[in-house]
Amino acid sequence: MQKKMWMRGLLLSALLCLAACHQGMEPVAFHDDGYPSKLSDWHVVEAHDGVLQLNDGVVPYELNTPLFTDYAHKLRTIWMPKGVSAKYSPKDTFDFPVGTIISKTFFYPIPKDAARNATDVARTYDTSRDFAAPGQGLNLAEVHLVETRLLIRRKEGWVAIPYVWNAEQTEATLARTGDVQALTLVSDNGERENFNYVVPDQSQCASCHARDWTTRAIQPIGPKARHLNRDYRYADGDENELAHLVRMGYLTGAPVPADAPRNANWMDTHASLDARARAYLDINCGHCHNPKGAANTTGLTLDIATTEDRHIGICKPPTAAGQGTGDHLFDIVPGHPDDSILPYRLSSTEPGTMMPEIGRSTMHREGVALIKAWIAAQSGDCLVLH
Amino acid sequence: MRKIYPLIAFSLLLTACGHQENAAQNQSDASFESKLEQQLLDAKPGSVIDIPAGHYSLKRGLSLRTNGVTIRGAGMDKTVLSFKGQIVGPEGLLVNADDFTIENLAIEDTMGDALKINQGKNITIHGVRIEWTGGPKSTNGAYGLYPVKTQNVLVEDSVVIGASDAGIYVGQSNNIVVRRNRAEQNVAGIEIENSVNADVYDNTATKNTGGILVFNMPNLSQAGHATRVFHNKVFTNNTGNFAKKGAAVASVPAGSGVVVNSNDKVEIFDNDIADSQTANVIISSYFSTNYYNTRGVATDYNPYPKGIYVYGNRFKGGGDSPDGLKLKTLKTAMYGISGNFPDVLWDGYTDPKNQADGLPPPNDRICIVDANGVLNADGPHDYKNPSTDTKPFQCSLPKLPPVALNPEPKV
Repeated sequence: MQKKMWMRGLLLSALLCLAACHQGMEPVAFHDDGYPSKLSDWHVVEAHDGVLQLNDGVVPYELNTPLFTDYAHKLRTIWMPKGVSAKYSPKDTFDFPVGTIISKTFFYPIPKDAARNATDVARTYDTSRDFAAPGQGLNLAEVHLVETRLLIRRKEGWVAIPYVWNAEQTEATLARTGDVQALTLVSDNGERENFNYVVPDQSQCASCHARDWTTRAIQPIGPKARHLNRDYRYADGDENELAHLVRMGYLTGAPVPADAPRNANWMDTHASLDARARAYLDINCGHCHNPKGAANTTGLTLDIATTEDRHIGICKPPTAAGQGTGDHLFDIVPGHPDDSILPYRLSSTEPGTMMPEIGRSTMHREGVALIKAWIAAQSGDCLVLH
Repeated sequence: MRKIYPLIAFSLLLTACGHQENAAQNQSDASFESKLEQQLLDAKPGSVIDIPAGHYSLKRGLSLRTNGVTIRGAGMDKTVLSFKGQIVGPEGLLVNADDFTIENLAIEDTMGDALKINQGKNITIHGVRIEWTGGPKSTNGAYGLYPVKTQNVLVEDSVVIGASDAGIYVGQSNNIVVRRNRAEQNVAGIEIENSVNADVYDNTATKNTGGILVFNMPNLSQAGHATRVFHNKVFTNNTGNFAKKGAAVASVPAGSGVVVNSNDKVEIFDNDIADSQTANVIISSYFSTNYYNTRGVATDYNPYPKGIYVYGNRFKGGGDSPDGLKLKTLKTAMYGISGNFPDVLWDGYTDPKNQADGLPPPNDRICIVDANGVLNADGPHDYKNPSTDTKPFQCSLPKLPPVALNPEPKV
């Protein structure tokens, strides 16, 4: 009897362990200075037993509409020390306390029905093979890990630290100067596209994360109410991410999700074309194209708050596009996507012409199609005065 | 949609192949690149990053975000950062920092802009060569030396060759000195845009489409005024315009010496301006660029050049073979096949809200002294009633004070 109880206890704790997914992980370690050489020095996510595991208190999240990064899938997490929480904002990135660690792991599913090799990765929106179990870590038998970027909230502000996964997929090591990996995207129909996956260097992190180029302070981009106001499949069921963060004690001051802003999912065909396109531009362009960002030199703003007129590019002559105009006169010519600069630059993969300037080496076909459809549906013209 | 996918895939394949051909980088270049990136990351205020003589091939654009850093080479022909095999990065070097100095090196063949300094004060560019080595091509990067939203800027003793937009371009900045540079075979040699208090002197601009430009574009953070262009040599800027359509400089006719577009308080004096086949000096409005439309341009934008003062220049030749059918026709109609436009060409747009007795208020006038004539091309009426009457331009304007850099650069 005694023995049986003990056995049951063991079984139970083994089950719990599986559920929590942190076998053999030490508690999350916050380093308030320097650049630890291994990702595992932080104990946020670690590769163990065929799973990229999330440690205790490491909460995964997704965005309504994500940034396009060469078709990579992403696992995003937030961790905070005990007893502190982020302050809600309806508009801006939440105000996170010192000690917060945000991670983003970039990975690809292995192409279906193909032998695993070091460079072939799937071009797919299907995430059904990514996770070991709902709400848990990544199934390393099905995915190829490329890099994990950390955003660390230290006393002096946010610091971005990139780590690149090894070929064995057991550890990611510090890569402050970034990396270039030659990969091949493989579609379900067997179509192949070679590309350079570029891990940005630490300074380039600020190209997107410094939303204000005067203060130059870097900030997370995703953790805003409008991006997180959606459901996530946690281990214990589906729940709104804002509500979940509140329940975890990670977020204070948030209204009920129905009262919080929400960007559309760019792929949701039930949402309006306008809402989908604006969500796409917001997350892919708004970090630079906002009134204080790197691209405020251009007079073109693409964040969600922008009014739908010349500010968002309608009939607006380009300012410093150079060869990026592609011989087109205006950023957006209503009704004429092929005469508009915006989709031209989104379609390019040439440095100096392509937009966004960094963060992708391939064209986002479905994203470009969305923006073209949005412009095609606009009315009016750009009558030039002499 | 599905049908066009193979086409897209094919062109992507071509692009990818092109990259692989370009990406010739040997081991020593790769380790140099990684070391330089590390130095830029580790730089602290006061750091000097010395790059020894050598030709280095880089694949990725560089960036710097620390104040007070100096990057120094062994000479503009000795230390060469070549981006011929560049696969990523919108610029050669991007700087977002104050108190930045770069000197004595070259940046070649960047895919996009060569050196962009976005937001920063106390910027010194000294003895830097920017070059697209294949000559003028529309696929060259847009801007060579490109400080934008900067304060207290010195660009001197530098050389820019082959930019598909402007060689030296200072935009939306304040307190600027551009001197002793050479700009060649760019669309615009030197361009000051939406900037306040700029002195442009002792430069040489030749073989560009337009030599020296002072522009105001709409929709930007500030309107420019107070630029002095003096003691420059601006000659034979007759290269065919190779900018992509839509760029502001794509509207500049080949054969333009000094061009003022929609900017205010510009003083052009003591320059040698010669052999500009369209005109040695052009004064124009944003209407002439063919981009003005009410939906896309802010209502508070003023497209009229005001307070322009041209005097004491030494003009020679020019105006003999203007660019574009309309200007050619106008020239032939007025001066005959072998004749030429006078030294100064004005497109004739006037602000209807800013006129008294047919002229703007004294300080907003266009004053032309010491030129062999002015042609009012009558742009508003499609060149129908051009006028050679110089009377409206016989005036003078208060002279602008010199720009004083404060603090003075250390170089």
